[in-house]
Order: sequence, then structure tokens, then C-alpha cells
Amino acid sequence: MSAKTELTLTINGRDHAIAVEPRRTLADAIREDCGQTGTHIGCEHGICGACTVIVDGEPVRSCLMFAVQAAGKKIRTVEGLANGDTLHPMQQAFMDNHGLQCGFCTPGFLMLAVGVLEREPDISDDDLLDVLSSNLCRCTGYQNIIKAVRAAAKEMRGK
Amino acid sequence: MTAPAKFVGRSVPRLEDRPLLLGQGRFAADISFPGQWHMRVVRSTVAHGKIKSINAATALKLPGVHAVWSAADVAHIPPIPFRLTGLKSLEPYRQPVLAKDVVRYVGEPVAAVFAENAYLAEDAADLVEVAIEQLSITLLAIEHPGVYEHDDTELSTEAGVLQKTYGDVDAAFRAAHAVVALELSIGRHSGVPLETRGAIARYDGARDVLEMHGAAKVPHWNRDTLAQMLGRKRESVQLYEGHVGGGFGIRGEIYPEDVLVCAAALKFRKAIKWIEDRREHLIAANHSREQHHKIRAAIDKDGHLLAIDDEFFHDNGAYMRTHAATVPDLTAAMLPGPYVVPAYRAVGHIRLTNKTPCGTYRAPGRYESTFVRERLLDAIAAKVGVDKVEIRRRNLIGKSAMPYKLGLETLGTNIVYDSGDYSALLDKALALADWKNLQTQLLKRRAAGEKVGAGVAMFVEKSGLGPFDTVRIDVKSDGSIEVITGVASLGQGVETAIAQICADALGVNYSNIKVIHGQTDRIDKGMGAFASRVTVMCGEATRLAAIKLRAELLEVAAGLMQSKADVLDIVDGQIVRRDFAAGPVLALAELAREHPTPLSAEATFESAHMVYPYGVHIAAVHIDADTGGVVIERYAIAYDIGKAVNPKLVEGQIAGGLAQGVGGALLEEFLYDDNGEPLSVTFADYLMPTVREIPALSILVAEDAPSPLNPLGLKGAGEGGANPVGAAIASAIDDALQRPGAVTRLPVTPQRLKALMAAG
Repeated sequence: MSAKTELTLTINGRDHAIAVEPRRTLADAIREDCGQTGTHIGCEHGICGACTVIVDGEPVRSCLMFAVQAAGKKIRTVEGLANGDTLHPMQQAFMDNHGLQCGFCTPGFLMLAVGVLEREPDISDDDLLDVLSSNLCRCTGYQNIIKAVRAAAKEMRGK
Repeated sequence: MTAPAKFVGRSVPRLEDRPLLLGQGRFAADISFPGQWHMRVVRSTVAHGKIKSINAATALKLPGVHAVWSAADVAHIPPIPFRLTGLKSLEPYRQPVLAKDVVRYVGEPVAAVFAENAYLAEDAADLVEVAIEQLSITLLAIEHPGVYEHDDTELSTEAGVLQKTYGDVDAAFRAAHAVVALELSIGRHSGVPLETRGAIARYDGARDVLEMHGAAKVPHWNRDTLAQMLGRKRESVQLYEGHVGGGFGIRGEIYPEDVLVCAAALKFRKAIKWIEDRREHLIAANHSREQHHKIRAAIDKDGHLLAIDDEFFHDNGAYMRTHAATVPDLTAAMLPGPYVVPAYRAVGHIRLTNKTPCGTYRAPGRYESTFVRERLLDAIAAKVGVDKVEIRRRNLIGKSAMPYKLGLETLGTNIVYDSGDYSALLDKALALADWKNLQTQLLKRRAAGEKVGAGVAMFVEKSGLGPFDTVRIDVKSDGSIEVITGVASLGQGVETAIAQICADALGVNYSNIKVIHGQTDRIDKGMGAFASRVTVMCGEATRLAAIKLRAELLEVAAGLMQSKADVLDIVDGQIVRRDFAAGPVLALAELAREHPTPLSAEATFESAHMVYPYGVHIAAVHIDADTGGVVIERYAIAYDIGKAVNPKLVEGQIAGGLAQGVGGALLEEFLYDDNGEPLSVTFADYLMPTVREIPALSILVAEDAPSPLNPLGLKGAGEGGANPVGAAIASAIDDALQRPGAVTRLPVTPQRLKALMAAG
């Protein structure tokens, strides 16, 4: 509809030169223009949190941000969590604690929890629950997600 | 002859997890083809009306918009047929692919736009002008039935009435010591998986095959049906299931959008991609559960049930979709539950309204009927003046009565509770919840002015629906094992559970087994994943095929190892001599290489009866008198599923079911205004539980009553977490208010609870 803007998205340390309409959401740009489909879109109105990515150290909902707003910022997605074949402690904890079923909400929960724990490693348990209550999961009933995040928090603090 | 269980019964890690954790999942929206077009559906903004005109001229002028379809473009495609419980009388109420002449709910597809990209398709859809002349609407199933226009005839919005009965109900009521009568309603809910629906179709001219990606739940049935609807032979239509972001009953049925992308791919010879947005999902994908019951019980002086008589009104929304009468049928058939009900009658009115059409949602018909039955048991307890646990104990079917023939049918099967010790499980659940101490504490807190209470609910589930499942197991060239099934995965851990069963029967490590599901080109027939059937039916078919393959492998190996098959064994994927520990070893990979023809075995498991797990839920709640908010302080679930293949996955199913049950009990509801305009169109209106609303949970997975209908004793685990949650929480709220029978409607939202308290 409207003219495209050229910009560079830096995702997991790699630059993606793309041209998108100003109205294109960051979520769509990450998925469609940069081919990183690990970030999922669950509601497109900022409530479910499935599309959570880390932008300049902060977890954000990539469906509520335009791609042009993320130009020049450091974006981290689920694809950047593991170190080669070694899972990130958060990914490992989700596996160990059966913190996922269908796995659709999982990337969002992983990025939310990692983003918050990196910033605030000693977050109180109650505050952690508040943070986790910002994303939706329809499969697990949350108990195993809580267990996984607590276990990973411990692991991340130990390092 | 098979090795002792190494994997079945253990909580081994899931095979599914790694790609999902790495962001390598392949969900519907992740699938794209070069040159694909995007489809956007233009939906009715009117709840009931006559289509006067559809004008797409402006939309078509946008560069990159390729076509706009309305009913005339799909006139050759019949309405979507029934998959289950399809009564002939319901056929006029089937949904067309695009509305023709009449629209019947807000969200009904009236046109489809095909364009270069998804943004543009949405722009163009906004420019399609649809003129609709409004007609009067029906919004409540309990109202007097209205008119349903069908071609040139006028039908009733009462599409059918079903009756299930046994015994002399009227005589029982005449002889009753007392009669307890209730009117109860269940709200409109749905599964609302986190991944919205999606379908990508492409026509491959080289092979003359129509492909649809994004399939789920019942790919084989959908393949056959789409082929029939589009006039193609079934072999020339193939469906592919990728990762599926939750199902819960509603995902994977054939919807208009699936047919549209397929028809368009055939017509335009382009890949056609459709990904639903969340608003569409909430108004267009199946809703469920909305029912109103008028139930009566005849009882003797001790509160024993003599008869139950229930009349209910099932709101199916605007059309009969693939499930046809399934939900009301299950409601009526499963209502008696775990109790001795000497005479029974249920009359279900299947009514259409100008709201989103309905299908199944986890524990379909049972979330509803358990709420109704357990409310009734609580009311009987109050009437007779005994404790709510005691009244249940008095009425439970005894262990010695198993197998228990209920005398009702559903889903083409006679209901026979195959095994169970209901009262023993009740004891275990009470112990798990520390019921006695809980009562003492609650009493103390209530005396101090708090509104706290506990509730209990019991239920019988059904699972393992047949009639069959076929499985083929292949040894691959590297010695790994592939299990090709006709089932589907919606995220519940099918690959892991089936691999565990195969591993034990064959003698290999489960992590060396790949389980194929949802691919119509890999196996000719398949029943899919619904009715908690997969582990039971496909699990047993897998076990049978593995036993067959094992015999074949040992026979072939015997020749190569110059030995007899009966002294050979398969251990950790290697063939060894059982009688000679230091003897020769033959790896499966070597065997596969040496053998001239493929090493493979196929087996089918047939079952004419379902298997019936059962359970008890106990809830303790606190009510905030100021806000009407309910906090669940404790929750305990005891569920007997005969045999748990992977206890951790079973507990995951139960915990997930509970969360959905809590949503339906306290938060979730699709509401409409007086004009039939949907009010629950975002996640800010349709409130699903978050971490904050779900309590810490005690789960007991019991294995006291293995099913006699399959050798592993399996029963399905998918629905018992959700089934009685509304019932248990209602019972707890009554207790907190000290007003038996206060809750008559789900969900018990803060507003409703405030009103209830004000009225008390």
C-alpha cells in the first residue's frame, strides 16, 4: 500500500537488511522478512506474549512494535538462546520439568523469563509470578512452567 | 516373550521438546511456498440477515489483489458434512463454505480475498462492500424456536431433539420419598489454542496432487472429505500435519477456510495461505458448552437416587458443523456418571441461535453434565441433611458391579464402564486433600468471618474410541525405528508415549524411535486424535506391530547368526543370544543392510467399546466479599487411568485440563449483545487463566483399575483434568457462602458472585 522503508534488523548478532512498509510489525518482519519463525504470533494485540523477544535487554511484544522502531537495536529471539548444541539453562529447565506441551507459547515464555532474569537475577518469587502472568499458555496449566523458570533462575544465578 | 518394561510407566523426557525449544517448530504460519497468495475472509458483521449484494470492485482495483470470491464462485462445493453423530434430520443445517443468500452469525464467511500478501489481503477485505438486510435474531436456546430459512423452505431453529432413557422414570418419581429439582446453565466456552487456525494449500501439477498443510486432529477423515467435496479421488489429495499449537477439540475439524484454500489452489494454481487472526478465531472457530438444564431427581429417604429426569437446551450456534449432535449426545449419555441411577431419561433440544457455531471442547458434554449431576448430588445432600461426601458414597456404583452396563449408547458404542473402584478412589482423593483437617480449618476460618469452603466432584470419563488403529513399524537403514501411525499430535506428547510402548515391545531405546503422525501419504487409513483415543488405540496397535516385527527380526537374524530364533533377544537395538551372554551380537543396522527386503510389520487394533477412566476433584476456595473474586487455595485431583505410559505427561494433561476447567468455572465466556454482536473478541474480553489464577495442585495418578479391554490396561488421560472443575468449584463456592445450591450458572464471574451475595 505504502512505500517501503529500508532498514537493518540485528537479530541474534546477525544483520538483516530488509525493506518493509512502516506499518509492518516487528513480529512479522522477524518471521517473514528475516525468516526466523521461532517467534510466534498468538494474538496480535499484545496480551498472550507468544511473540516476546528481547530488544536491547528488555522483553517486548514484537506484535506491538513496528519493525522500523527496532532498527539499530539488538534483537534476541529464541533461535539465539542455545550455544551450539548446548541448550540455554532456561531451555533445559523447560525440558526437564515438562514445561511445554504444544510448544507454541514456549519461545515467548523463554524470552520473557530469560530477559527478566538477566536483568534481575534475584527477583522475588512473587515478582517472578507477576512477570510470568503476563504470558498465556493453554496447555500446561503453568505449574511446570513455574518450576522450570525457578530451576533455571537458580542455575543462571550460579553461573 | 517380550522384555520387561523399561520405558512404559516411566517419566522419560519428551522426544518432541528439542526442536520446539530451539525455535525450530513448524507450525502452520511457518509454512510458505514460493509465489503464494494470501487469503483473507470477509465476514458478516450482522447476526442474521439477507445478503443483498457483494461489491468487490474497489477491492479488486488495489494492485496485487488477484480475486475476490463469493458464494457463486464456490457453488459447486457442497456444505461441510458431519464427521460424528450425524443425524439425517440435521443436514439442512450444515454450513456452506461461503454464505449464500443468508448470514446467520457475526463472523460468518461471506467472501474471500486473494492477494499478494497478508496485509494487502486485509486492506482489500475492508473494501469489499457487503449489503445485508437484517432479520430478527434468536440468541437463546431456551426461547421458543424461531425460523431457519433453508433454500425456499422455513425450518425451525430446533434442529433436533434427542432422547436417551432406560427404566421406568415416571414410576420412580411417583414412588419417590422426595424430588429435588434444579435449573442450571453452562456458559459458552472454547478451547482457544494459542496457535490460531491456519491452512496452506497448493496444487502440484507434476503429481496431480492437492496438498493441504496445517492439518491437525483428523487428517485422514479430512483428506477423504475434502476430496469428496472438491470432486477429486482421495489419493490425489494429501494432508500434512506440522507442529500443532494446541487442539482441545476445536482445531483440525474441517472449517470453511480449509475448503476455500483448497478450492482456490485448484482454481488459481497458486499456493494459497490463510492464517487466522485472534479476533477471527474468537468469532469463527467452534464454540462449545452452552447449555441450560432442567433436572430432577427422585430419591428415597436416605438420599439414594431412584431416577434422574433431565431436559436440556443445547445452543449449537448458527450451524451444525462437523460434530453434528456429538456434544448433546455425550451430555445425555454421560450424565449418570459414577452413580447407580435405576431409571434415567434425558431429552436434549438441539437449538440453533445466531451465534458462532459449536463443536467439541475438551470433555465435551461432560464438563456440562458433570456440573449438572454434581450440583444435583449436592442438592440431594442438602435435602437429606447429610454430608456431600457421604451422599456420593451412598450412590456410587460398587466395584463388584464392574463391568457395568449403563444401558445407554454414544458415538456408536454401548456404554459399559470397563473397570473401576470408585469409592476407593474417593478415599484416596480425600486423603490427598487432607479433607478432615481441611474441614476443621475451614470451619475455624468461617467462624472468624472468612468466606472459605471446599467442594468435591466425581466423574467417569470416556476414552479410547475405536473402531480401529493401524500402525506400521519399519527398521531404517541405520537401524533406527520408524513407527507410522494414522493418529495426530496436538502437542500432548504422542511421539514419546507411542515410542515408549514400541521400545518395550521391540527391545530398543525409545529415543531411537521416530513416530510419524498426521501424514496421509505415509499410511492409507487413520483415525486421528480425539476422544482421548491415541495412547489407547494407537498404543495397542503399536504394541501388536512391534511384537510382530520383533518375531520377524529374530527369524531373519537366526539365519545370519546360525542360531535359533527362540534363543535370540533384542536388547537396546541389538540382537543377542539369550543363552550365551558372551555370544555374537548383531546390530539392527547390520541386519537391515544384510536383508534384501524391507524389515517391516503392520498391525491393527480394533475395539468396539470405549474405556472409562474415573476421577475425583476437590477444591478449596476463598471468596473476596468486596470484589466477588474467587481464589482457589487448594486443588487435589485423583484420576485412575488404568496404566500411565508416562506419568509426567499424564500429570501434564491433568494440570492443563484443570487450568481450562478453571477458566470455564470462573473467567471465560463468549458474550453477545442484544443484536448478536460478539463481545468477547480479544484476550482482554475472553479471559483465560494466567499463572496467577491457577493454584498449586496435588495430583494422584491411580492405576487401580486397568482396562480389561487392552493388554496394557490403558485408559486415556486427556480430559479428566477438565471434566469436573466447574462442578467442584461451584460446590466449594456454595460451601464458602454456606448456601447450598447458590451457584446455578458457570462461569461464576466476580459480577455474578457479587450479585449472588447481594441477593443472599
